[in-house]
Amino acid sequence: MRKPFAITLDPGSSLANHTGSWRTLRPEYVDRLPPCNAACPAGENIQGWLAHAESGDYEAAWRLLVQDNPMPAVMGRVCYHPCEGACNRGALDDAVGINSVERFLGDEAIRRGWGFPQPAERSGKRVLVVGAGPSGLSAAYHLARAGHQAVIHEAGPVAGGMMRFGIPKYRLPRAVLEAEIARILALGIELRLNAKVTDLLATMKEGAFDAAFLAVGAHIAKRAYIPAGSSAKMLDAVSLLRSMEGEAKPMLGQRVVVYGGGNTAFDVARTARRLGAEESVVVYRRTREKMPAHDLELEEALQEGVMVKWLSTITHAGESSITVEKMALDAKGFPHPTGEYETLEADALVLALGQDVDLSLLEAVPGLEIDDGVVKVGPDMMTGHPGIFAGGDMVPSERTVTVAIGHGKKAARHVDAWLRGARYVPPAKPETAAFERLNTWYYSDAPKTVRPLLDVIRRQSTFDEVVGGLDEGSARYEARRCLSCGNCFECDNCYGVCPDNAVVKLGPGKRYRFNYDYCKGCGLCAAECPCGAIRMVPEEI
Amino acid sequence: MAFQPIKFYQTGTFTVGNRLLPPEARAVQANMRRTNSLNSGHRACQGCGEALGARYAIDAAMSATNNRLIAANATGCLEVFSTPYPETSWQIPWIHSLFGNAAAVATGIAAALRVKGASGVRVIAQGGDGGTTDIGFGCLSGMFERNDDVLYICYDNEAYMNTGVQRSSATPPAARTATTPAVGEQPGNPFGQGKDVPAIAMAHGIAYVATATVAELRDLEYKVRRAMEFRGARYLHVFVPCPLGWGHASDATIRIARLAKESGLFPVFEAERGEVVGVSKIRKQVPVEEYLKPQRRFAHLFAPTPRPEVVARIQAIAERNIRKYGLLERTT
Ligand SMILES: Cc1cc2nc3c(=O)[nH]c(=O)nc-3n(C[C@H](O)[C@H](O)[C@H](O)COP(=O)(O)OP(=O)(O)OC[C@H]3O[C@@H](n4cnc5c(N)ncnc54)[C@H](O)[C@@H]3O)c2cc1C
Ligand SMILES: Cc1ncc(C[n+]2csc(CCOP(=O)(O)OP(=O)(O)O)c2C)c(N)n1
Ligand code: SF4
Ligand SMILES: [Mg+2]
Repeated sequence: MRKPFAITLDPGSSLANHTGSWRTLRPEYVDRLPPCNAACPAGENIQGWLAHAESGDYEAAWRLLVQDNPMPAVMGRVCYHPCEGACNRGALDDAVGINSVERFLGDEAIRRGWGFPQPAERSGKRVLVVGAGPSGLSAAYHLARAGHQAVIHEAGPVAGGMMRFGIPKYRLPRAVLEAEIARILALGIELRLNAKVTDLLATMKEGAFDAAFLAVGAHIAKRAYIPAGSSAKMLDAVSLLRSMEGEAKPMLGQRVVVYGGGNTAFDVARTARRLGAEESVVVYRRTREKMPAHDLELEEALQEGVMVKWLSTITHAGESSITVEKMALDAKGFPHPTGEYETLEADALVLALGQDVDLSLLEAVPGLEIDDGVVKVGPDMMTGHPGIFAGGDMVPSERTVTVAIGHGKKAARHVDAWLRGARYVPPAKPETAAFERLNTWYYSDAPKTVRPLLDVIRRQSTFDEVVGGLDEGSARYEARRCLSCGNCFECDNCYGVCPDNAVVKLGPGKRYRFNYDYCKGCGLCAAECPCGAIRMVPEEI
Repeated sequence: MAFQPIKFYQTGTFTVGNRLLPPEARAVQANMRRTNSLNSGHRACQGCGEALGARYAIDAAMSATNNRLIAANATGCLEVFSTPYPETSWQIPWIHSLFGNAAAVATGIAAALRVKGASGVRVIAQGGDGGTTDIGFGCLSGMFERNDDVLYICYDNEAYMNTGVQRSSATPPAARTATTPAVGEQPGNPFGQGKDVPAIAMAHGIAYVATATVAELRDLEYKVRRAMEFRGARYLHVFVPCPLGWGHASDATIRIARLAKESGLFPVFEAERGEVVGVSKIRKQVPVEEYLKPQRRFAHLFAPTPRPEVVARIQAIAERNIRKYGLLERTT
């Protein structure tokens, strides 16, 4: 080729120069565990389903969600959402309203009639599930999706467990509960009602079951010794709430005192207000900080006019009054009696002191270990008796619906493996996507949307649902507040900020790839990745 | 209740792309088929702000001109790291001028295109701060005064980096360079009068003058696109941190540029015919320390003897910028 004046070499491209050899640090794409996912007792992939909701694909979001939890509409109402407590956005403005988006998806699924796919194959194995509370339903659901025949034996006349007979209607409308249960049963799960299991091994043998999952809950009310006059009206919280599901509503009178500091105590106090009590007082022996009830529950109760007497124990119950002794905390935070007494007017006293598990069905089962009134299980949710698994309130746990559902899922995975003579090894958990890993500069400022609350007057007199749902626009807005912690959301930042064009964009949904021939390892991509999905690792030289 | 649709896009336009935005609302840099005007294999240091800024600007110009573009490039890092003869990283028609005459060479190209009737082809001149505010200043002013149809882009890394970090008229006060060492009573570059080239460009009354940083891609791309809507002389001044010369981590280039803007030290604005028509407001104001501290060229302000009085003078510069350009969102 004839070259212009003074030119002796052919032009060449700098692509011949592999600057990747300069690198001492190498960027790598990672998926870190978002703190919300890590905190979810049901193991939901929250960040994952929020990402679908962000783009408006609610069905995809719901389908991903129900891979872990079959009851999002219930969950979006009663879950105490530890996810939101862990949410990284909390350090910016407010945690993402995960719970309200979940509820929106759950309600949307009911409205549109989305159902679960039938399992591709059937194993022919039969698994007995004892109890149709959240844990039993969750286990049956996961077993059914894995192709096993689940048969639920339930002592009560309807399914739901404490979701039906404990949690009041104003927090969980029954139509929502029924819709989600019906959808689970539609997977071909057999539900036998009024079928209390009294001898587990006998029932297993009779039904030719290959394994069993127990989730009988904790239904026996704990008692405290309170000297009482013969005419004093004393009830326990579980029976009271249970009777709310019947025809005849309980008569409590004008002034109701509830003894206890858990969520159940507040549910009773709020129910009493709705039944017409002028005064509804919760008596608790410690302070607000020590109280196990959740802040939200307390707050809503206070809004409805429920009163709380802190640092008090009940020493005597009479016909129309109770005697309360003031307590004082010692240095270790334990309450001690002070000898100061006070009288409260009361037409009824309701004890909400917790529940014990009825373990009578297990009497003939060898190998079980019972500790502190609950059945011990291994990390695989199996009891000491091979093939018998257990979960929910009857095993050591925090006793929430969400934990119960998580146990059901976990147990189902292990039962499934056990039935195949294998062991289920859960995938290794990636590192958590901590706040420090994020570059929050890139997120738009956006305060949290607040869920509408029912007018206080109606909350004091009716059992209408207290907390409203979000409309579509607000739900999508809320979903988009998610920072996508630790998981690439294809913002193109790495592709844009690399001074060496060493990031290859693979197209929508396919993320990116590094071209290590040219990556000099400057680390700009990692520093400017909003969600911390790139890590820099030392290059072996 | 009036219906108000909520438009909220998670990262809005802060990120390069955003899958929630329509494609036309994403940056040129998000495009899988962007020009990559300055291709891989160049010899710029790790995390080079100038390499990044040049690709951002020229890709945007290519997109704005339908790929009908010629660039003249002054001597300096950008030329040296991209084009060690006979290799080049440029994927556009590109010519190396001399250190001080990029504006004049570009003027010549524009004149030649006009003569050939190819006025659809647009011309860019580009160079470092030394080539622009010092040695090339006469050619630049002439180009402005004649209103030649050229967009001049200055990549400001605040010193002569290519020859080993010597001071230029764009070097900020107190900064240590090879020629302004951190010794004596007033270590680093003395507090002089400064040389505000964007303001000088505006004083020429040319059609369009703007400043930008590598931390605000959308803004930078917008300004290149806007500049291409005008004919005649135009000037774009891009702030490009230099990890080597400034002594900061290679992964901090964009953060440093962001802090320069958020502290008020580098005002980001645009002006038409000598009048400011838009400023990029500070989003999260920071004191100048946050900008100065990660850079070794300012290390002598903090140790061994802290010099708060010098930092205060730098803070005063930032505050004057904030006042002058109205960089803070008014809070009522
Ligand atoms: C008033 C109240 C409010 C609550 N509010 C919340 C809340 O807002 N959020 C939250 O997360 N948690 C809440 N909880 C806790 C939550 O309800 C329980 O942790 C959860 O229901 C436990 O699920 P489970 O499946 O283990 O047991 P359960 O829900 O108790 O279900 C057990 C089922 O087993 C059946 N059963 C028992 N024995 C037998 C037998 N021998 N044979 C056959 N069937 C049997 C029972 O009839 C029942 O249906 C609340 C609890 C109460 C009491
Ligand atoms: C007339 C002339 N004087 C000196 C030089 C040496 N020289 C080459 S590049 C350079 C400095 C460039 O500084 P700047 O324009 O700021 O660009 P940077 O390298 O910092 O990007 C110098 C002094 C030269 N090439 N020509
Ligand atoms: S920004 Fe580019 S060069 Fe720097 S580490 Fe990332 S891929 Fe490598
Ligand atoms: Mg320079």
